[in-house]
Amino acid sequence: MSDKDLKVNPGLRESATFDALTMQEIRRAADTGIYDIRGFGAKRKLPHFDDLLFLGASMSRYPLEGYREKCNTQVTLGTRYAKKPIVIETPVTIAGMSFGALSANAKEALGRGASEVGTTTTTGDGGMTPEERGQSTKLVYQYLPSRYGMNPDDLRKADAIEVVLGQGAKPGGGGMLLGQKITDRVAKMRTLPMGVDQRSACRHPDWTGPDDLAIKILELREITDWQVPIYIKVGATRTYYDVKLAVKAGADVIVVDGMQGGTAATQEVFIEHVGIPTMAAIPQAVQALQEMGMHRKVQLIVSGGIRNGADVAKCMALGADAVAIGTAALIALGCNHPKWDEEFKKIGSAAGYYDDYHEGKDPAGISTQDPELMKRLDPATAGHRLANYLRVLTLEAQTLARACGKSDLRNLEPEDLVALTVESAAMARVPLAGTSWIPGQGY
Amino acid sequence: MKTFDLATTSLRDINQALHEQAVECTEREWKITGAKGDHNLVCGLDQALSVDIEGHAGYYCAGMNKKAHVVVHGNVGQGVAENMMSGSVRVKGEASQSAGATAHGGMLVIEGNAGARCGISMKGVEIVVKGSVGHMSCFMGQAGALVVCGDAGDALGDSLYETKIFVKGSVASLGADCIEKEMRQEHLDYLTDLLNRAGIDEDPASFKRYGSARQLYNFKVDNVSAY
Repeated sequence: MSDKDLKVNPGLRESATFDALTMQEIRRAADTGIYDIRGFGAKRKLPHFDDLLFLGASMSRYPLEGYREKCNTQVTLGTRYAKKPIVIETPVTIAGMSFGALSANAKEALGRGASEVGTTTTTGDGGMTPEERGQSTKLVYQYLPSRYGMNPDDLRKADAIEVVLGQGAKPGGGGMLLGQKITDRVAKMRTLPMGVDQRSACRHPDWTGPDDLAIKILELREITDWQVPIYIKVGATRTYYDVKLAVKAGADVIVVDGMQGGTAATQEVFIEHVGIPTMAAIPQAVQALQEMGMHRKVQLIVSGGIRNGADVAKCMALGADAVAIGTAALIALGCNHPKWDEEFKKIGSAAGYYDDYHEGKDPAGISTQDPELMKRLDPATAGHRLANYLRVLTLEAQTLARACGKSDLRNLEPEDLVALTVESAAMARVPLAGTSWIPGQGY
Repeated sequence: MKTFDLATTSLRDINQALHEQAVECTEREWKITGAKGDHNLVCGLDQALSVDIEGHAGYYCAGMNKKAHVVVHGNVGQGVAENMMSGSVRVKGEASQSAGATAHGGMLVIEGNAGARCGISMKGVEIVVKGSVGHMSCFMGQAGALVVCGDAGDALGDSLYETKIFVKGSVASLGADCIEKEMRQEHLDYLTDLLNRAGIDEDPASFKRYGSARQLYNFKVDNVSAY
């Protein structure tokens, strides 16, 4: 209900249970007989990093000079087994997003932006494109259940391999790329007929549990002669157990993707109702690593709803070694930009609200395979915008770390944080502000 | 011929030596003895080598093979020739589940039986099984051909794309969107050639052909019961 309606008749009361959006969805389901599919990530309000605050230094802690003293941001990933670990200059990496879901220009732009600041970008379902490999100095190759476009040549070209078990937007679900985006090039890369609805499997085809996965990881190491790090990516659900099993299976790096993480397309019911918030997953992952004596030995990358340097710093204070961004990176490229608002309206959306990535009509030229729309995204310009954004994230995180007296982002610790709400205190396992109370950890 | 004994040489050293042949080929014929179910044997080959494995291999034998011709004189574990790109793999014994999973090319011949999910998500490989295959074989098969000279288990070809399936014996059940199709002359010619190349002596006319009904290629609410 709009403010205008309320002014006209302030006696009208909207149901909290059956609000306008809920009613609209019931009508839509009744009209079409099919669940709603969309992209983006969870849109409901969730406990998130905004519910945490840093305790800047004062008498009891000694801050670092913001404009003079060094605060290290470099992180090495894959130190457990790989002969060639990856060194990234900022702990902010680019999450896996597929060519197919994204245009070739968007993938190239992600590579350009990441390379400009010395971090990694990641392939997605559908394989590695020359544009992305060519522009990415550090490229992580995703190994997914579908194995679309998977081949040993690309595997050996990668700087790291990420075995994907799930993603935060849809843990337990496979991928989806609807027919309107299966162009000739996408179809060939995925060995599919043009125009079919492509359903990526939710389980890997040749292993069924963590013991099998350990052998699979050894196969990948053998094929790549133990050169590159192997990551395991999980959607955040039973994170404590998943991380323990991932360590046991032999991961060099574990990626935990919270439910705020984005997707190119899946059922709305999946996006909004499966998984746990990113903030709740990190302490579980860190606890698992610490109990196994592997914290900092197996690196932890966290993703899902990271927007600014404060989010980066909070993830690292909770124990992450690095973070990954997806949705925010696309916004930096130009996704949902207001300059396309008129065109968004023509397809029934609006700038800032567009999430029908699966339809392939993105006016910004990012989540599309339409040649004319793709041209709107200049990879060099968009890549530079992403690099700028990554620099800001890094600078902001450094600013907060220095204020807490830390000369390295990874020196941030849970003791630097307090929570604004009981829920966030319980999930992040830090005290409620002004108290020493961590719900669930004694009284 | 160069011979490695797994009793005295590590898997890592064997695979490394074979991988180095991709850079400079110094020996075409290789033999590996003493295999007792070792995993990841000869995976990632990228040269037209001939490799004989004496004994049984574990998981992912000849995984992601390119160009090489591998013969296993025994049984193999899960995922033999998974994601193979080219070349060939012949298993003299039995194969566990997910044989030839996601393989893009080349030929996989299994002279015994294959377990569940044989040819799962296959993307162009030709698989010939002299015996029978387990349930869910050729699940989401995208391209290539699966030939079964014995019987097929439940849900054969479930959610099939464009893989051709030929079965001589019984089929316990067909998966969603997989149907029996007419065996036309072009299919007989192809199957004759494929069996000849696989070295399997069977009458092509005794096989039935199965393929995708292509009804699930695009989501239709009327098909919701199939999902």
